Amino acid sequence: MRCRRHGGLTANTRVRVAVYIAASALYVLGILVWGLKMPESAYGVDYSMKLMAPGAGHIFGTDFMGRDMLCRCVKGLSTSISIAALAAGVSSVIALAAGIAAAVSGGKTDSFINWCIDLCMGIPHLILLILISFMLGRGTTGVTVAVALTHWPELARVVRAEVLQIRSAPYVQAAYKMGRTKGQVAWGHMIPHVLPVWMVGVVLLFPHAIMHEASITFLGFGLPAEEPAIGVILSESMQYISTGKWWLALFPGLLLLAAVMLFDVIGENLKKLMDPGSAQE
Amino acid sequence: MCPCNVEKGKRGVSVQQDEILEARKISFGYRERQILRDVSFIISPGERAALVGPSGCGKSTLAKILAGYLKPSGGAALWGGEPLPSGGYCPVQMIQQHPEAAVDPRWKMERILKEGGMPAPDVLQAMGIEREWLTRWPSELSGGELQRFCIARVLREETRFLICDEISTMLDAITQAQVWHSLLAMSEGYGFGMLVITHNIELAKQVCDRILEWKDLTS
Repeated sequence: MRCRRHGGLTANTRVRVAVYIAASALYVLGILVWGLKMPESAYGVDYSMKLMAPGAGHIFGTDFMGRDMLCRCVKGLSTSISIAALAAGVSSVIALAAGIAAAVSGGKTDSFINWCIDLCMGIPHLILLILISFMLGRGTTGVTVAVALTHWPELARVVRAEVLQIRSAPYVQAAYKMGRTKGQVAWGHMIPHVLPVWMVGVVLLFPHAIMHEASITFLGFGLPAEEPAIGVILSESMQYISTGKWWLALFPGLLLLAAVMLFDVIGENLKKLMDPGSAQE
Repeated sequence: MCPCNVEKGKRGVSVQQDEILEARKISFGYRERQILRDVSFIISPGERAALVGPSGCGKSTLAKILAGYLKPSGGAALWGGEPLPSGGYCPVQMIQQHPEAAVDPRWKMERILKEGGMPAPDVLQAMGIEREWLTRWPSELSGGELQRFCIARVLREETRFLICDEISTMLDAITQAQVWHSLLAMSEGYGFGMLVITHNIELAKQVCDRILEWKDLTS
C-alpha cells in the first residue's frame, strides 16, 4: 500500500491497463471498420429466411424481412460510433475553448459561459436532443448535430475548474508580467495543464454520445427507419418480443452495451495511466 | 524627499526622471484581518532599498502589490507617477521566494529562461547557470538552481525595477554571495533600482543604500 501510494502504478498494473485499453480499442475500431466496409447486400432482404432463430447461417438470427441481424447490428453500431466520434470531436473542442476562455477572462465572459453551461445542463438532456433534432428535421443531420452540440457542458466545467487552479499560479502571473498575452499563456501554460484531464473526458464522452444517439433514434426522432441503426433495430424488436422473438432485442442490446462499457473501460484506465494519484480513488 | 529633485541615481548611473517607484497609502486586507494600512514610501531611480521586518508581517503582500500581482484595497502602487502598464513587458519585475512555483513544471529550463525574450549570454554566466541545465525539467534542479533561472530571466534592459522577495534564503552561503555580487553588478550596469525584502539585516546593510524598517512604514 505504501509503495503504491508513493510510486504510483506498479509495472504490472501499467501492463494490465495497457492491455485493457488495447483490447477495448480493438473491439470498437473493429466494429467501426467492419461496419463502414460492409456492402448493403450483407443485410439484404430475403423473405425466404424471415424471423429465423440464431443458428449456423445467421448467428444473431434474422428479422421480419429476413435480414441478417449480425450484419445489421454491426452496421448500426458502426454508424453510432461514427456519430459519437463526430460528437466527441465537436463537443470537446467547444468544451476546451469555453472552459479556458471562462477561466482566463473571468468577469463577464466567465458569467456568460457559466450561464450557457447552466442553461444546457438545466434542460433534461434527452429533451434538448429531441428539440434540436426535431428542429433540424430529424434524420441523420438532426441527430448528429443534436448529439454534437449538447455534450460539452460537463467537460467545459471540468476544464474551467482545472484552469482556475493554475490561473493565479506564480508562473502564470510571471508570464503575464513578462509581456505574454492571454492567448500565449492559454496556449503555453493552460492547455498543456488541462490536456490529460481533457483527453479522458473526450473518451468518456463516447458512451454518452452512443447511448443518446440510440435513445433518440429508438424514440423516433433520430435516424430514419430504413437506416440500419441500433435504435431502429431495438424499437422494431419491441413489436416482436411478445411473440417470443427474443434474439431481435437481446443481441443488438448486448452489442450496444459492450461498446458503451468498453469505452468506459478505456476512459477509466487512461485516467489511471495519466494520473497515478487517481488510481487509488 | 521630493521626487522632482532627483537627477541621478545614488551611484551616478544615468537614470530617467520617470523611474520612481512609489507606494501611495497602500492598504490591503482580507475580510477580517487588515494586513497593510496606509503604507507610503518612495524609491528614487536607481536606488537600492531594503525592506526589513519580522516574518508574517505582510512584506510579501506589499511586494506583490508593488509588482502588480495583487490589487490593493486602498491606495496605489505607482511607477513614474502612474499605475503599472497592464500589457507588454512590465518595467517592474519581481523575483519570488519560492522558485519551484514560479516555473511551469511542464516546460524545460531553456523555454522558461526565454519566456520574456532571450537573455544576454553574460547573464547566464553571471548567474552560474550551466549549459546542460537548459535541457532539464524543473523537477530535476534544486531550489537554488531554479532561483538562478528566475533571476536570469528578468535581468534585461527592459527591467527598470526589481523586487527581490527573500530570493536567497534557499541558497548556500557561497552561492548567495555569488548571486548578490552578480545582481549588484547588473543593477549598476543596467541602472535599475531594487527593493530587497529580507529579514536578514546584515544582508540588507551589505547590498542596499537605504533600509526601510517595517515598523516605520506602518505606524
